[in-house]
Amino acid sequence: MSSKMQSSNNIAQARRTVQQLRVEANIERIKVSKASADLMNYCSEHAKYDPLLMGIPASENPFKDRKPCTIL
Amino acid sequence: MCDQTFLAITFGPCDNCSQNKPLMNIYLKNEPINYCSLCVELMACQGLAKGETIHTLKAESETLKGKLEEERAKLHDVELHQVAEKIEALGQFVMKTRRTLKGHGNKVLCMDWCRDKRRIVSSSQDGKVIVWDAYTTNKEHAVTMPCTWVMACAYAPSGCAVACGGLDNKCSVYPLSLDKNENLAAKKKSVAMHTNYLSSCSFTNSDMQILTSSGDGTCALWDVESGQLLQSFHGHSADVLSLNLAPSETGNTFVSGGCDKKANVWDMRSGQNVQSFETHESDINSVKYYPSGDAFATGSDDATCRLYDLRADREVAIYSKESIIFGASSVDFSLSGRLLFAGYNDYTINVWDVLKGTRVAILFGHENRVSTVRVSPDGTAFCSGSWDNTLRIWA
Repeated sequence: MSSKMQSSNNIAQARRTVQQLRVEANIERIKVSKASADLMNYCSEHAKYDPLLMGIPASENPFKDRKPCTIL
Repeated sequence: MCDQTFLAITFGPCDNCSQNKPLMNIYLKNEPINYCSLCVELMACQGLAKGETIHTLKAESETLKGKLEEERAKLHDVELHQVAEKIEALGQFVMKTRRTLKGHGNKVLCMDWCRDKRRIVSSSQDGKVIVWDAYTTNKEHAVTMPCTWVMACAYAPSGCAVACGGLDNKCSVYPLSLDKNENLAAKKKSVAMHTNYLSSCSFTNSDMQILTSSGDGTCALWDVESGQLLQSFHGHSADVLSLNLAPSETGNTFVSGGCDKKANVWDMRSGQNVQSFETHESDINSVKYYPSGDAFATGSDDATCRLYDLRADREVAIYSKESIIFGASSVDFSLSGRLLFAGYNDYTINVWDVLKGTRVAILFGHENRVSTVRVSPDGTAFCSGSWDNTLRIWA
């Protein structure tokens, strides 16, 4: 590539970076306290449906070994 | 404008001036065009506004970066783990290996669960892609790829096909048939074409579209039936190692992480990079959305995992310990998002309390690096794949 091409590529790249940063700087943001509270709420609401968190009885988990049955 | 990742040189008639000259094959708005170097220069100069030079643009980009940091810092009123102090700590976790899937001849690089919660597809360095029944550990299908290092594999939402790829720079879709004797390789469909290795692939909500990420620094959305490129995503300045689609309720976005230490969030329809996060100190190996879609976690070679909140637009938690010095290769959340499972290069899997930032369990068992960790669709178990050639199901 000629050096002129280099500089026009750099300009093109720099313009893209500036445009990208403009987009990113202007987005709507919320406070971390609110975002954290929402994450916590989601966790508590869904905790009871989470088998790895709550643990489910071995008989219901297809991966856990069932207790052997004895035939009387 | 032209993207350097795709720059190549051929000889022929220029699309603009029609003279026979060496051509630059460039992409404008994803359309390939062939201009001679003179026409490309003229085009680039035409785009410059009056008074714009490389210096004014650089200065503006620095001020914008500063402004971005300021805006983000204004909203940083508290840390996540401080807010989480009031909730109960988690009890002791007992998770054991319940199944070991043996059969790969070399390192397991990637795996994915089927939506039926029992089938798993895994791919390996030896070129084999195997579909297992996780309940019985039986192998249901096996395909040999024409390349080694199959770094990506994914199960289709319908359960009727699998996609895989790696050093062949392509993503191929294999329809799975019920007939065990049928040669799967014969029905293979090549969907994606990249200019470097395929690092990750994922079906969107249907069997019809696939999202891929590649060592060429781009991500792309493809139509499976025609193999056509629907959208490409440029913005990473190095290999993209991982991608993850947002959970369906929250819309058409996905997150990607790469060797440029950045995690980018993209709009699938416009191809636009909507948010970017750069706080990791090394390559990001894995990205995964939080179940609500409002945040995502990353695992990196800098031995930390981090949580980024999309609405607060910043990193909100770091999961690290001084004793952990090996990189995290793969992360996944439990169903409620309270637990983060991370596989590390020191052969262990650490389980983190997402809200409090503490480690709740460390799982031993693999005899080499853990390369991939995925929780099953119903959350009853998670599967890990490792360079020790095996996969383990933990519950």
